[in-house]
Amino acid sequence: MSSRKTSPPSGHGGDKYSVLLPTYNERENLPLIVWLLVKYFGESGYDYEIIVIDDGSPDGTLEVAQQLQNIYGEDKILLRPRAKKLGLGTAYIHGIKHASGNFIFIMDADLSHHPKFIPEFIRLQKEEDFDLVSGTRYKGDGGVYGWDLRRKMISRGANFLTQVLLRPGASDLTGSFRLYKRQVLESLVERCVSKGYVFQMEMIVRARQLHYSIGEVPISFVDRVYGESKLGGNEIVSFVKGLLTLFATT
Amino acid sequence: MTKLVEWLVGVTVVLVGWAVVSFDLLDLRLPDTYREVAWPMPLYLLVSFGCYSLATVGYRVATFNDCEEAARELQEQIKEAKEDLRKKGLKM
Ligand SMILES: Nc1nc2c(ncn2[C@@H]2O[C@H](COP(=O)(O)OP(=O)(O)OP(=O)(O)O)[C@@H](O)[C@H]2O)c(=O)[nH]1
Ligand SMILES: [Mg+2]
Repeated sequence: MSSRKTSPPSGHGGDKYSVLLPTYNERENLPLIVWLLVKYFGESGYDYEIIVIDDGSPDGTLEVAQQLQNIYGEDKILLRPRAKKLGLGTAYIHGIKHASGNFIFIMDADLSHHPKFIPEFIRLQKEEDFDLVSGTRYKGDGGVYGWDLRRKMISRGANFLTQVLLRPGASDLTGSFRLYKRQVLESLVERCVSKGYVFQMEMIVRARQLHYSIGEVPISFVDRVYGESKLGGNEIVSFVKGLLTLFATT
Repeated sequence: MTKLVEWLVGVTVVLVGWAVVSFDLLDLRLPDTYREVAWPMPLYLLVSFGCYSLATVGYRVATFNDCEEAARELQEQIKEAKEDLRKKGLKM
């Protein structure tokens, strides 16, 4: 792998946005999400870079990522792979270390999070100088696609319970489409210990604890088209465990 | 103070207030009607909170936006992206 340009944040307003894309078996989704990111960042004119953190996907995601790097350039697409599947939380930590932007986007690579919302995240962040901006499926024009009644009930029920118990000051706790100021993300990530869904929840709960300001952008969440979900059947059990842990410790 | 402690404090305060009135612990010689009203209060509170929860969650499930339009747009863009990427030399 070749060296990365370490030019300081430059361009319009001096802001640079690093997008962290953790991938595990996303060879079909990765080119599409990258294409969309390039499209919307290109149109809006912000300085950006995309950091792909692949955890040794057996489906050859990394090979596709290399092709994308050849197409879009090494200053735009950075590959920071790891040898084996080490989980999402550490993937973010790993990604931040290599990010040169003063703002960091975190999003899934499975096309559930559409890059068209990125300009809105940035505009809202600038408007009120928010420390973090979170996408929300539960407010305004936000919503989901491809969810049956059961999944909607579980989602709304879990969200309500969490709101009652934790009063976190944000409407979507388990979503993972967010924009952070770099230092804010760094300080949060080193405090958070949970895994999976609960990790996203802990991030926002700790953010409230540390009195960071939180903005929200309604997003449409479209269920993954390609590939398999990585979160298995005991999702609910681990969610409840995580919720109770946060309830007792924060 | 953790959320758990906040809740424990809140519940304790309410329960103590309730016990004082219901069992007249402080010998305040409150009128009997106070006692009669206070006695079933915890149950009323629980039931109304339960109803409020069910109604809220039910309403939110019913009004959960289905983003048909977003899904269609994404499908279009996927086609466009695939074509463009092929032109740029990506081998899938
Ligand atoms: N690097 C890395 N990425 C991961 C790991 N687990 C999941 N991911 C990626 O993290 C993102 C979110 O994972 P998903 O499997 O989509 O989880 P989800 O969105 O909660 O569930 P579904 O959308 O239903 O599949 C995707 O881009 C995955 O490829 C991991 O262990 N390491
Ligand atoms: Mg997903």
